[in-house]
Amino acid sequence: MSELYSLAVLGLMSSLFLGLLRVLRGPGAADRMLAVQLIGTTGVGMLLLLGPLLGQRALIDVALILALLAAVAAIAFTGEPRESRDD
Amino acid sequence: MIDVVSSLLIVAGVGFYLAGSIGLLRLPELYARLHALTKADNLGLGLLTAGLMLQSPDLLYALKLLLIWLAVLAASATSAHLIARHARRRETRP
Amino acid sequence: MNPVSLQLFDVLLLLSIVGLAWASLASPDDRRSVILFMALGLLLALAWGRLLAPDVALAEAAIGAGLSGALLLAALREQPRREAPGATEAVAKRGSSRLQAMTQWVVTLLCAGLAGILGWVLVHIFAGPPLDRLTQSVSANLGVSGVSNPVTAVLLNFRGYDTLLELAVLLTAVLGILALGPGRAGYQPAGPIFDALARSLAPLLILVSAYLLWVGAHAPGGAFQAGATLAAAGVVLRLAGRQRIGLPPEGALRLVMTAGVGLFLAVGLSLLLMGRPFLGYPPAWAGALILVIESAAMLSIAATLVLAFIGGRLPAHGIPAAEPATRRREAITTAAAPERGGEEQSGC
Repeated sequence: MSELYSLAVLGLMSSLFLGLLRVLRGPGAADRMLAVQLIGTTGVGMLLLLGPLLGQRALIDVALILALLAAVAAIAFTGEPRESRDD
Repeated sequence: MIDVVSSLLIVAGVGFYLAGSIGLLRLPELYARLHALTKADNLGLGLLTAGLMLQSPDLLYALKLLLIWLAVLAASATSAHLIARHARRRETRP
Repeated sequence: MNPVSLQLFDVLLLLSIVGLAWASLASPDDRRSVILFMALGLLLALAWGRLLAPDVALAEAAIGAGLSGALLLAALREQPRREAPGATEAVAKRGSSRLQAMTQWVVTLLCAGLAGILGWVLVHIFAGPPLDRLTQSVSANLGVSGVSNPVTAVLLNFRGYDTLLELAVLLTAVLGILALGPGRAGYQPAGPIFDALARSLAPLLILVSAYLLWVGAHAPGGAFQAGATLAAAGVVLRLAGRQRIGLPPEGALRLVMTAGVGLFLAVGLSLLLMGRPFLGYPPAWAGALILVIESAAMLSIAATLVLAFIGGRLPAHGIPAAEPATRRREAITTAAAPERGGEEQSGC
C-alpha cells in the first residue's frame, strides 16, 4: 500500500505543477484564482495521502482546515462591495 | 481484497486530478476551465477519499474523510458559480 | 515513504515554493501578487505537513492560506489599480537615480551576506550530532504540564510568558484597527447559492474551531488555529452581506477583545498572590487553567482578525452603511427573497 501512496503523491505533485503553470500564465485574475483552487484541492489530496505515509495522523485535520479555508479565500476574491453601482 | 479495491480507487482518483489539471491548461477559456476543474478535481478527491476510507484505522477517521469531501464539494461548487458570475459581470460592464 | 520518492517530492515542492515566491514578488500587478501569495500559503502548509509539524501546518493553512488572502484582497479593493512599471524605468524617471541604485546594491549585498551566514549555520548544524536537549527536557516535564501535546505545553505553560506578550501585540493591533475609524462598507447581500453555503459553512467553521481548541491539549491544535478558523466563519458571513455578523454590541465586543490578555494576566497575578511564581501553574490545576486561557485567547484572536477584515469599527447596531440607491436595490432583493431580506432589515 505504501508504495502506491508514494506514487499517488508524486502523481498529485505533477498535477500541482500543471496548475502552477496556469497560476503563473493567467491571463486573467479569475484564471489564477481557479488555479489556486486546484492547488488547494490537490494539496488536500496530498495531505490525506501523506498522513498514513508519514505516520502523522493529524494531517487529516490540516487537510480539513485547508479545504475549508481555501474556499473562503476564493469567495473573498469574488466579493462585490456595497458601493458598486452596477448589477 | 480491500487493498485491491482501495488501490483502484486511489489510482482512479489521481487520474481524475491529472485530467482536471490538463483541462485547466489546455482548454481555451475561463468557463471551460471552470468545468474541467470543478468536476474532475472533486470527483478525483471523492475517489481518493473512498479509497482511503477503506484503509482508515477507525470510524472517526473515515467520517472525517467523508466530511472533507462533502465540504470541498459544496464549497468548490459555490465558488465556481461565484467566479463564473464575477467574470460574466466584468465582461458585460462597459 | 521510500527515500527516493521522498526526495523527489521534496525537490518538486521546494521548486514550486521558491518559484511562486519569486513570481509573487516580481509581479508588476498587485492583484496578481496577492493571488500568487495565496497559492504560496497553500504550498507552505503542505511543506509544514511534510516536515511533520502539524501544529504549524494548521496555523499556516488557517492564517496564511485563507485569512491573509482575504485580508489582502479586501485591502486591495480600496486602492486604485496600479500597474507599476519595471524597476529600471521607475528608477530612470526619478531624479535621485544614483542614490536608488546604490541603496539597491547595499540591500542586495546585505541579503546575500545574511543568506551566506544562514547557509553556513545550517551546514554546521547538520554536520554535528543532533541537538535535542530542549526536546528531552520538554518530554521529561510533559507530565506536570497539564497537557500531553508538547507544542501546547511549551506555548501555554513552559513559555507562557511569550504567549502572553504575543496576545498583547494582538491587542495593540486591535487598538490600531479601531483607530482607523468606521470600517469598510461591506458586501452585497448574497445570492441564494452563496447564502445557502454561508448558512452551512459558518456553523461548520465554528464547530471545527471548538474542536481544534479542545483537541489542542492532546493532539495538534490550539488557540491560534481555533481563533483563525472562528475568524474565517465571521469573514464568510461578512462576505455574504451580513453587516454585523451577529457580533455583540460595542462594549461587550471590547470585553471579548481584551479577554485574552486580561484572563492570562489575571491568572498569572492570582498565582503570584498565592505565593507561586508568575504563571507557575500548580500541576493539578494546569490542564484546566490552560483550557480557560486558551478559550479566552481564541475569542480575542478571532475578534482581532475579523476586525482587521472589516477594516475599522463595526457599524452601529441596525444601521447599515449603505447609501439610498443601494437601499432601493436591497428593497428589490427583499421582495424577491422575503426571508433573507427580513434578516437584513433587522440589522443582523
